[in-house]
Order: sequence, then structure tokens, then C-alpha cells
Amino acid sequence: MAKAPRKPKLAVWKFASCDGCQLSLLDCEDELLAVAGAVDIAYFPEATRAKVGGPYDLSLVEGSVTTPHDAERIQEVRRHSKTLVTIGACATAGGIQALRNAADVEDYLAVVYARPEYIKTLATSTPIADHVPVDFELRGCPISKRQLIEVLSAFLAGRKPVTPAHSVCMECKLRGNVCVMVAHGTPCLGPATHAGCGAICPSYDRGCYGCFGPKETPNTEALSAGLSALGLEKRDIRRLYSTFNAGAAPFRDEAKRHGD
Amino acid sequence: MATRTIKVDYLARVEGEASLKLVVRDGRVDQAQLSIFEPPRFFEAMLRDRDFTEAPDITARICGICPVAYQMSSVHAMENALGVTVDGPLRALRRLLYCGEWIESHTLHVYMLHAPDFLGYEGSVEMARDHGDLVRRGLDLKKAGNEIVALLGGREIHPINVRVGGFYRVPTKRDLAPLAERLKRAREAALATVQWTAGFDFPDRERDYTFVSVSHPDEYPFNEGRIVSNRGLDIATADYDSHFVESHEQHSTALYAQMRDGGSYLLGPLARYALNHDRLRPLAREAARDAGLGPVCRNPYRSIVVRAVEVLQACDEAIALIEAYEEPDHPAVAITPRAGIGFGATEAPRGMLFHRYRLDDDGSIAEARIIPPTSQNQASIEEDLANYAEGFLDLPDEALRHRCEQTVRNYDPCISCATHFLRLEVDRG
Repeated sequence: MAKAPRKPKLAVWKFASCDGCQLSLLDCEDELLAVAGAVDIAYFPEATRAKVGGPYDLSLVEGSVTTPHDAERIQEVRRHSKTLVTIGACATAGGIQALRNAADVEDYLAVVYARPEYIKTLATSTPIADHVPVDFELRGCPISKRQLIEVLSAFLAGRKPVTPAHSVCMECKLRGNVCVMVAHGTPCLGPATHAGCGAICPSYDRGCYGCFGPKETPNTEALSAGLSALGLEKRDIRRLYSTFNAGAAPFRDEAKRHGD
Repeated sequence: MATRTIKVDYLARVEGEASLKLVVRDGRVDQAQLSIFEPPRFFEAMLRDRDFTEAPDITARICGICPVAYQMSSVHAMENALGVTVDGPLRALRRLLYCGEWIESHTLHVYMLHAPDFLGYEGSVEMARDHGDLVRRGLDLKKAGNEIVALLGGREIHPINVRVGGFYRVPTKRDLAPLAERLKRAREAALATVQWTAGFDFPDRERDYTFVSVSHPDEYPFNEGRIVSNRGLDIATADYDSHFVESHEQHSTALYAQMRDGGSYLLGPLARYALNHDRLRPLAREAARDAGLGPVCRNPYRSIVVRAVEVLQACDEAIALIEAYEEPDHPAVAITPRAGIGFGATEAPRGMLFHRYRLDDDGSIAEARIIPPTSQNQASIEEDLANYAEGFLDLPDEALRHRCEQTVRNYDPCISCATHFLRLEVDRG
């Protein structure tokens, strides 16, 4: 009898993050055991003590690079990974911790730690793609587990994942939502934000806060003009762009345009 | 001198990055150190000059495992600063949301992170090969918790529907009805989980802990109450700083919290259970008794049973909250920004989470202080290692290392919160 084909080896790596995106895998309650049947979970310390050596067929990388040690570690992860997929806003844009990029990290250290000299940190929080080539980026803070399953299925089938790069507005229309910005005057980043969440916030009567980061070619300038027409001040607009994807260029630049 | 060092470089099945080091000199534990090397993310610094309304969304990102706890402690602290009280159905919905997080987070720990230690597996996926039905029961129970959070919060991780003053949108009675039916099935699974975990083989280890938790006169604690201990502490949340102090040790990126009068304390299921046993719902109290738990449990290895009791409590409470629910007139209480200081302490699955904010006149955050449960438990974890490991020193290194890891996992440490992960280093000389 022919030997069964070897199952692809999956590794899950953590850098600076909240663990939420890798938790999304464990939150796939209906699919988890099927995933575990289709791949060999070779390295996933949040879930298991078992460790299988590299190389890994697929590495999922969560988190951003914020320490000198992690800047070296990501090189090693890349060397041992045939395909490397980054998951979530920390890995794809630097995360909320990228707010330090525009601030003084010494000052940040002093605010939080009594003994700043014990802490080794970089002045910046940067996405994985700033350090190594990345094969695919999955957006979101957190990622959508539906999209995570799509990425895994696509990998197993040897095709490209289908994760549209259009705006949250499209998802709102698909859900039949009334536009919260037009109808209620609620500030919303939906027009500039990458789809993927399913337009959750407008469906709950609040404006999108951009947790999936900028869409492809966003017109942030026009959006900001709309936001000021609603009465938002420069500071409010700056805050709106400066959250979980503060390090993504279109949001970062638009926030800077509304600086003091 | 005979020295033996046991190290775990990266502790598995905890949320975050930490390591352990145990130094044994002549058959005695000389040093037990839990090092947290999770990279710091400086939340307290990032919160400065943000609007008070942004705190629940920003602080949720401290932890993907217990975002609801961060949202709850932050909204309560803000409402305290702004002189607002949220009660009636909105308060009930907050409790319901918290039930969802307890069910989800506790079940994750019981089935996927902790039970494999007792049954001799590396993880739950490996455990599923022999105990598929058990793991599927756990996943289904966990999913029930996630369904509460997804319905009320919009999604399971980093819910979007919580705001200072209440919610953006509240569910109708009809929205919630199917969830109650779903939870009745979950409640059966939770009861079976209590019975299942009660049958595990537990190391016989106890210490006279100082237990600390939030305590409410009529309810098992979630969102509000005084901070109490089994040593007579009984204070308002605002007095936290007068009784607890944080310090910074070289081996950890998480700060250590201790009582000001010296000494460690323990937060989480064992503490809540001991201090609020009589406020458990009858079903949970009976299940605890049948599982052989007295009104106080001082064996941290049995925390898995107490966690299961709390899952049962949360399922039963969630059903009662849904049955009593009446839709409020407004999804949130109106708020006017003003200067002030506010405090909030709520019960995250792994223990009390404290927030303190100082606001400027326009509602901007001038100062933020966040003390997560795992940094408060750090000293107690190290003391457990120092005290309990001595009885396990006849084990070979690998078994000893595993036992030490299990001792840390008793706490369900959330190291992303405390900043994050575990290496065990055992130095035996």
C-alpha cells in the first residue's frame, strides 16, 4: 500500500501582541479538530507542549517586532518556514504599540516601569514585513476566524486566499445596513477601512474604528473632510486614525496631517 | 554542594511568554523564579491624552483572552470618575457578557490548557485522539460562552459593543431567547465537567493563602463590590493603593503586586470561591459539594474543579439573566465629560483586574494605572513553586519540569496581560 502523503507542518509564532489572533484558531470550535487532522501542529506553544523541529510548511506569525531579540528571532522563523503568513494588525501594521513610533520610548518606559534599565525594547514597533519577506498578510484586530479558515483551506488546496481588499462600506451594503455616517452623523472609518470583519460596528449602531487597517488605495483625505463636516476637531480625527493600525502608512500620514 | 538547575525556557499552554527557573541546593529549593519576557507594550503610556471613551477598546487589546474584563474594569472606572451609575437591564447585560467570557476562558483553560496535565497529554489536540468526545464537549461548552460574547459584543475577541455608560446597541428579548436554550445544553456540559475534573488525581498540597477578591452582598462577584480578603481586609476599590503596592524585579517585564503590610496574595477562582461561597447559585454550590469541595479550597491543583464550578455558575446565571431581561429604553446612559479620578475592579476569569484613571476637564485621560491579575499572582506562583517543588525533587528532570509547569498553569496565568510566557530552568547543581 502506498504511504499516506506527509501532512504539512504548521507552526504558530508569537511576537508583541495580545494573543487574540492565535486564540482565533482555538476559537474555531467547529473546525479545530478538522484542522488538526489536516495538518501536523508542529509548534503552537499556546496549545501544546509538543514540539517538532523545522522546517515548517506553514508558519502563522502573530505580533510585531519591538525588541532587539525579536528582530533576530523573526529572521530565524523565516529561515525555517516555507510559507509565512502574518496574522493580525500587530504583525501586519505594528499594532496599537506602534503608537510609540511617534513618541519618545524613554518617556513611555518611565511612565510604566519603576526600573526602566531592566527593560530591553526598541524605539519602534514594526510589522513583520519590514523585517522579512511575507507570503500573505491577514488583516484585523483581531483577525476574523472565518478568514483564518479560508487562509488555511487555501494553503492546503495550493491556491491564493480570497480576502477582498475593498472597504467596509461594501460589507455594510451587503448586510443592508443604513449608513451610520449619512443617516445618523456618526463618525465612521468604514470608507477607508479594509473589509473582512463583516461590518460589525455599523451593524451595532456605531462607526467603524478601522481595526482592519486601510483598504487598498483609501481616500483618507476625502474621508477626513467628511469627518470635519460632522464637527470633529483635528484632535478627534487624529485619535480616530491612531489606534490598532496607527503604523499603517495611510492612517499614520492622515493622523500626522491632523497633528498639533 | 550539590546543585541542580531545572529550566523551562518557554512555558507552553499559558497565554504569553514566560520561563521558569528552579535552583536546588542540597535537596532544598534555593530559588524559584518565574520570568516574564513578554515584550512590554506600554499601555499606560499610550492611554495618556486619549479620550475617556476610547479606554474600553484600547485596553481590550492588552489581552485577547479576557478583553471583556478590560472593557468592564475600564468602563466602571470611567463611570466612577464621571459620577455615572449604570443599573437595571444595562447592568444585567454587562453581567451576561461577563458570564460569556468566564465560560469561554475557563473552558479553554480546563479542557485545552490544564486537563492535559492530569491525563498525561502534551495538549488537547493530542488528548482528542484518545478522548475525542470529551474534547468535543469542551469545545461545544466554550463555544456557548463565545456565542454570548459574539451576540452581545459583536464578536468573540475584542468585542465592539461595550461603551462607557452602557452599550451601542442592546438586544431584544427575542434576540436572546435562542441563547437561553443553547445555554441549557451548556449547563449540562458544565455539570458533567465538574464531575469529570473532580475525579482527577491531585497532588496533596495546600498553603494558607491570603485570598483577595471583589465581593458583593448578594451576588457572586463580577462587576462590582468591595475588595475583601480572608484576613479581614474590606475596602472600597478607591482604597486599593493604600493596601497594595507594585514593584519591579529585574527578571520580569511584569510588575509584582504585594500587600503593603508585606506578603503575597492569591486572586482568581480559589479566592472568589472561598470568599463568596455562600453567594454561588444553589446548582453550583451543590455541584461543588458533590465534587468534594468544602467551602474553602486551598489546594491550587484543584483550581480546575473550582473553575468548572464557576463555568456552571456562569451558565446558570446567564440563563437567569436572559429570562429576567427587559429591554432598556436607551442603550447607554448619557455622560458629560469632567475632570476626576475613577477606580474600577472587576473579576477577570483569572482574578481581580484593577484600573485607575485621572481625567482632565474635557474627558482626556491624564493618567492611567492598570494592575492585571497575573502580576498580582506572580509572587504567589513563585511561592508555590518554592514550597511545592521540594516534595517533587525525587522526580527526574523532565517529570519535575512538567510538574513545575503544571504548578504555574494552576493559575491560568495570562502573561499577555501581565505583559507574557514561561521557560523552566531547574538548577540542581
